[in-house]
Order: sequence, then structure tokens, then C-alpha cells
Amino acid sequence: MTHSTGSVSACLPIHSDLDLVRVRQHVRQMTAQLGFRLVEQTKLVTAASELARNALIHGGGGQMECTPVSSSGGVQGLRLVFSDQGPGIADLDQALSDGYTSGEGLGMGLGGARRLVHEFSIDSRRGVGTTVTVTSWTSRPPRPREAP
Amino acid sequence: MPEQQAAEHQTNPVEEVEAFLRRRREQIAQRWADATLFRTVFTVSRDEAVEAGRTVVEALAAVAASGRVEDAEADGFAVVREQLARTAHSRARAGATLAQISAEMDALRPLVTDLLLDELSEAPAEHLRECTTALTVLMGTLRLVMLETTTIAGQELINRQRLELLEIATPVIKLWEGIVAVPLIGTLDSARSQVVMETLLDAVVEQHARIAILDITGVPTVDSLVAQHLMKTVAAARLMGAECIVSGIRPAIAQTIVHLGIDLSSVLTRASLADALAYALQQQGAHIVPNPASTVEAR
Ligand SMILES: Nc1ncnc2c1ncn2[C@@H]1O[C@H](COP(=O)(O)OP(=O)(O)O)[C@@H](O)[C@H]1O
Ligand SMILES: [Mg+2]
Repeated sequence: MTHSTGSVSACLPIHSDLDLVRVRQHVRQMTAQLGFRLVEQTKLVTAASELARNALIHGGGGQMECTPVSSSGGVQGLRLVFSDQGPGIADLDQALSDGYTSGEGLGMGLGGARRLVHEFSIDSRRGVGTTVTVTSWTSRPPRPREAP
Repeated sequence: MPEQQAAEHQTNPVEEVEAFLRRRREQIAQRWADATLFRTVFTVSRDEAVEAGRTVVEALAAVAASGRVEDAEADGFAVVREQLARTAHSRARAGATLAQISAEMDALRPLVTDLLLDELSEAPAEHLRECTTALTVLMGTLRLVMLETTTIAGQELINRQRLELLEIATPVIKLWEGIVAVPLIGTLDSARSQVVMETLLDAVVEQHARIAILDITGVPTVDSLVAQHLMKTVAAARLMGAECIVSGIRPAIAQTIVHLGIDLSSVLTRASLADALAYALQQQGAHIVPNPASTVEAR
């Protein structure tokens, strides 16, 4: 179980290249404040950059919600929710596979972002939009199921 | 006489304000011309300041005529919006902050409300209060319109500076005969990458460079788009007969690139600019011989 630490979550618009810069800066600042190690900071910032750009390029713009969370074990983390009201993703497996792009990118963003974070989930509906939720923790991710 | 006055006092305060503005247009414009806002913007000629003031008063009267004194979107403001934007822009360029511009705008208000108070000194207190309130609200709305254009002007300034930054932030440094380096600092978005690529290719041609070093020590994030730009630049340099080395990939970024799944094996990389230069010199047939004396000293 994770829950919001009660710290206010921030909501940043994603409508331009400049917004992408703000998204990265915000995530970098938050991860630094929460005590993420440099490598983990860099990973989450890079994942945020990929997902925010997808929301901008493929989703036609959207937003990122950024919330500090803590696990039941008291580990600090950061949850990022990217949402857009774009066309949605028809084939999720295909979109997540390395090298697939419907545009002119490298096709490494979605799959890469999933590898860069501790938790990753995606909810996409055609014609409605796409929401990608990622969470990373300051220390080793809490195991989803405790061994009995 | 008393009857006539009574009739006048029954007019709607907003209409009264409109009539007042039209009647006193010239006087108000003259007063404003000497206020800081107009004085500092129209430095060359006072007549110009007065003319600008007249236009603003007319716009205010038009807004009052439409009855929408509290509406910044009122059509009447349309004619002065551009003028206000230019005024604000000029103040901002002169170093005025948003708060200062706001205060200077606010300083225009008593210059016109005082005139109204004089003119209506005989009117019943209630009517006087309603008229001054209407005029004060109208001036407040004008200030809002002005501040809106200021923020927009500020955004344009930022955009322009950003464009300028695109060019100045991409210096090409000649390190040695046939070796050029481009130290990249900041965000490598698509526009910036395009400039980097063009600058680098131009330098390769002009300086007959055989080796070009792209140093990314100052690039905070390398995501798939940045990596793609780097690979494109390297490929283009190769087509021009130059070898391109990417240096300054910090450990955290190297690990991130690996997790991201990007294969940079087609790109020649070195940890630091110094390593890249040493490699480049070697390729050019230059040999660096450590000075024995300094080596001894260092120990
Ligand atoms: N927010 C989104 N809305 C719609 N389609 C998306 C979205 N994010 C990703 N996609 C689809 O998934 C594909 C793969 O995404 P990604 O791995 O980031 O590669 P790239 O962005 O380089 O194309 C995209 O080309 C696009 O078709
Ligand atoms: Mg992408």
C-alpha cells in the first residue's frame, strides 16, 4: 500500500517544449528534496521527459501531476501521472516494444521509461486519451508481495 | 436651475462618467502626459504623449458607453491594447518591474478622479460616490488590461532571448589544427539540436576539421530525443568526412542511457573533453610527451 504523504501535489501543464523543461526541472527538484540518489534522480527525470514528450507529441498536450508518496514501510517516493486527451494507444504491446514508433522518434520512450522507474502502469482508451502513472522510491522498491 | 440639476443627477453614473470622459478628454490627456508612465515612454515629444492619452481616454469612454466598466474583454479596449502593450514593453525594456508598471498605471487614476470630484462637487453625495466608484473600477480594469499585455510582452521577450540563446550558446572552439569542439550547455530540444548540427557542419567545412568533439557535460538530461539528435549529428559529420566524438557523458547519464535501451555503440564516446582531445590528437599524429620536470614536481 502506498499513500500520499499529505504533501501537496503539483500539476504542471504540458503544451510546449518549454513546459517539458519545466517538467524536468520540477521532477529533478522534487527527487533531490526527497533524497533520491543522483542516478535515481536522473532516471526518473529522463522517464518524465519521455512521458511528457509523448503526451505533447502523440497526445496533443496534457499535464503531469507530481505527488510525494510513502510506502507502508516508510520509504519515500515520488509518483508522476501523465495524462492527455489525445487519440489513445490502439496496441499497447506494440507501443511498449522497443523501436516501435508511429512517428519519427526512436521508439524507445515508452519501453525505456518503464525500465527507468520502479512502478509503471498505463491506461489508454482510443479516442479518450492516455494516462501513464509511474512511481519510484528513494531506496529499493518495496516488494509487492511479502513472503509469508 | 434646480430642476435641471435634479434631472442631471438622475442619470446613470456610468453614463455620467462616459460624458465626463468625452468632455474632459483634452484635460485628462494633458495631465497624463506629465505622469511617469507617459513621460518615460514618450521621451521625444510631449505631443505624442498627449495624443496617446487622448486615445486611451476615448477607449475608456467607449467602454463606459457599453456599460462594461469591470470587463477587461470589453470591445472598447481593443483599440488601445496594442498601444498599451508597446508602452508596457518599452517600460519593461527600460528595466521597470511588473509591480512598478502597475504602480505607474495606478498613478494615472487620481489625475482623472480628482477632475471628476471637482466637476461634481455640487452633486449629491450618493451620486458622487457612485460616479467615482464607476470611474475607479474603470481605471482598475484599464490597469488589468495593461498588465495582461505586459505579461504577454514579457513572454515575447523571453521567447526572443531564447532564440538569441540558441545562437550564442553554440560556440565552436578550434582546439587544434583539424580539431573542433562544441561544448553543449542546457537543453537540447529540436530547435537547438538543429542549430548545433548546422554550426558543427559549417565548422567542419570552414576549418577543414577531421575531428569534431561534442561535449555534453553541460546537458542535464539525455533522453531518447537527445540521443537521436546526437546520432544524427554524428552521422552527418561522418558524411562530411569528419569523425565525431561525444564526450562528457556523466556516470548517472551513462547508466540511464543503458536502462533506456539506447544503443550508442555507433557513436565514439570518451568520458571527458580531455580524453576526447587526447584521442583526437593521437588520430592527427600528434604525440603528447609529458614534461619530465613537471612530472617529478607533481610527485
Ligand atoms: N500519450 C500517447 N498518446 C498516443 N500515442 C502514444 C502516446 N505515447 C506513446 N504513444 C504511441 O506509442 C509509440 C511509442 O512511443 P515511444 O516509445 O515513446 O516512441 P516515440 O515517441 O519515439 O515514437 C508512439 O510512436 C505512439 O504511437
Ligand atoms: Mg516518445
